[in-house]
Amino acid sequence: MITYLEAIREAQRQALENDPRVYIYGQDVGAFGGAFKATKSLAQSFPGRVLDSPISEDAMVGSAIGAALQGMRPIVEMQFADFSTVGFNQIVNQAATMFWRTGLPCPITVRLPSGGTPGSGPFHSQNLEALYAHYPGLILMTPATVEDAYAMLLEAVAIDDPVIFCEHKYLYYHLKADSLPKEALPAGKARVARAGRDATVVTYSAMVHESLAAADELATEGWEIEVIDLRTIKPLDTDTVLASVARTGRVLAVGEAWPWGGVTAEILARVAAEGFNLLDAPPMRLNSKDTPVPYHPNLWGTHRPTARSIADSLRVLLRS
Amino acid sequence: MHDMFRLAEAHRPSCTAVEFPETYRRAYRWMLLARVAEEKIASLFRGGRIIGGVFLGRGQEAISVATGMALRDGDIFAPLIRDQAGRLAFGESLLDFTLTYLGARSGPMRGRDGNVHRGRPKEGLLPMISHLGAMVSVVNGMLMAHRFQKKENTVGAACLGEGATSTGAFHESLNQAAVEKLPLILVITNNQYAYSTPNHRQFACNDLVDKAIGYGVKGHSVDGTDLSACLETIGGAVCAARDGEGPQLIIASNLRLAGHGEHDDAHYISQHFKELQLGRDCLDVAQNHMLAQKWADASMLDIWLRDSQSLVEEAVAHSLREPAPDPAKEDWCALASRHLLEGNPPQPTHLN
Repeated sequence: MITYLEAIREAQRQALENDPRVYIYGQDVGAFGGAFKATKSLAQSFPGRVLDSPISEDAMVGSAIGAALQGMRPIVEMQFADFSTVGFNQIVNQAATMFWRTGLPCPITVRLPSGGTPGSGPFHSQNLEALYAHYPGLILMTPATVEDAYAMLLEAVAIDDPVIFCEHKYLYYHLKADSLPKEALPAGKARVARAGRDATVVTYSAMVHESLAAADELATEGWEIEVIDLRTIKPLDTDTVLASVARTGRVLAVGEAWPWGGVTAEILARVAAEGFNLLDAPPMRLNSKDTPVPYHPNLWGTHRPTARSIADSLRVLLRS
Repeated sequence: MHDMFRLAEAHRPSCTAVEFPETYRRAYRWMLLARVAEEKIASLFRGGRIIGGVFLGRGQEAISVATGMALRDGDIFAPLIRDQAGRLAFGESLLDFTLTYLGARSGPMRGRDGNVHRGRPKEGLLPMISHLGAMVSVVNGMLMAHRFQKKENTVGAACLGEGATSTGAFHESLNQAAVEKLPLILVITNNQYAYSTPNHRQFACNDLVDKAIGYGVKGHSVDGTDLSACLETIGGAVCAARDGEGPQLIIASNLRLAGHGEHDDAHYISQHFKELQLGRDCLDVAQNHMLAQKWADASMLDIWLRDSQSLVEEAVAHSLREPAPDPAKEDWCALASRHLLEGNPPQPTHLN
């Protein structure tokens, strides 16, 4: 068995093994192996290529950009996605604009340990995919499975553009698979995680699993729910979403991130604009509450969507 | 085409003492060309021919040219908005300047970015973004790449004003360079004002060079109006970095002899500064020095001026004839991986 976290480590090991241009840079990623041990033993296996950085997110990303311009393929580990806002300027203004302005690609991968876990609180729980997806020039990956965590991270390193890789901390240890994949869907292609005919849930990252659990619950009531795992937020696979809505006539978009201007809003805007006549009911969405992420598990469990709240939303959708 | 708009092949110094008067004369001619070129663009701006802002390096040419001249092939240069002289000395074509200011499709930025936001990163010349201090860590990363790639004896120089020393990016990047012991030359030109903000509202230390000790890097101070001092100080700092002595912080003092941009009348600049040594025009100082040393006479100076004027006129005339970008023919794609544009079919992934 291999966990989601181990898959991320193995992908990095593979990338270092395959490509001498790859190096890893981040806080505590060297001999210590990273705050979550995503780089455990890599510094020992690849001397000089897994480097501890000072606590300087701006300079971490800025230097990765410079190295990429000189032909390297850096992987930057943010200790938590939340801290990437300190490096935000370099990501959105330097990396994301580089190819458009100069014609020179900027192949960096920035790993963002994202999402909530019990007790993590306002500054160790955030989901920032919508923030980065807003900017042209970036690729946004949000793997929901062990297989995708591995395959998409390897793909991220190979892509010539800056990739923001949102790996979900809640899945690090919870999620296990028998083995690593030999092939994978490409970036930009969504996956039908569960087939159904009564309603479509469009979601990504950890919410795929909450949505699948909700679909199990609804199945006991006789409903067949289709669950789409977007895999990449940008590019967004609108075709797969619309094809599913064409089958079910009902759509619920679910995201763990905040509601305002987020990924779920983008999904529903596209469904409404391009698939209005496919809908048998008003489209719905479910996000976390519009407050900072709370610390206490009692509050956190209500703050974010869960299998129960997704199931409740689906019941409303199915009756409308 | 580009080469005829260069005065000469970019100077490629060795790590030895500055050779006067040849180096000094070459530096002066680049300073003069930068001054003439910028005055031409300022006049086009006043005539309504320039879209967007115009930012001049008037008064800053000595420190800038000394930086550009101390670098050589394989080095990295991240100029800021007042570094026209340094750009020319580093090897940027005058046409890159005029084509970009005039928004031509054929310029290096193709109308996608303008004025001072230009560069050729493949050739080591970084295109600045507007966020001050942000280019320094990019230079660091390029130098880290050189280390990975075993490219030896290269250095990187980044230019900032005193205002940028207040940013987090300045702090993070200088500390990063120190931790990694990178051959970074960080040139801070203290021209007394960041836009309109005087130094006493920008920082509270006695002297910016005192910051060097806090970062564990070598600090140098220089009179930014004195070309000899700039050539020697920057030349020495670049040699030290090239010899493995780690980051070098240079503080050059001068006065900005223009507005922040040409839209700014700079009424806030104190008369007091204009009467100090730092208020001198470095071009006048250099000219008087050459005449006093008999390194040039009035007729040489006049020939150099006319050479510069004709180069600039030619470059501007050429650039004015170049077509503007066409939105219908523009490639509206911000991704190098075209297959990842939305609407394009995804490509299969093969894992190793």
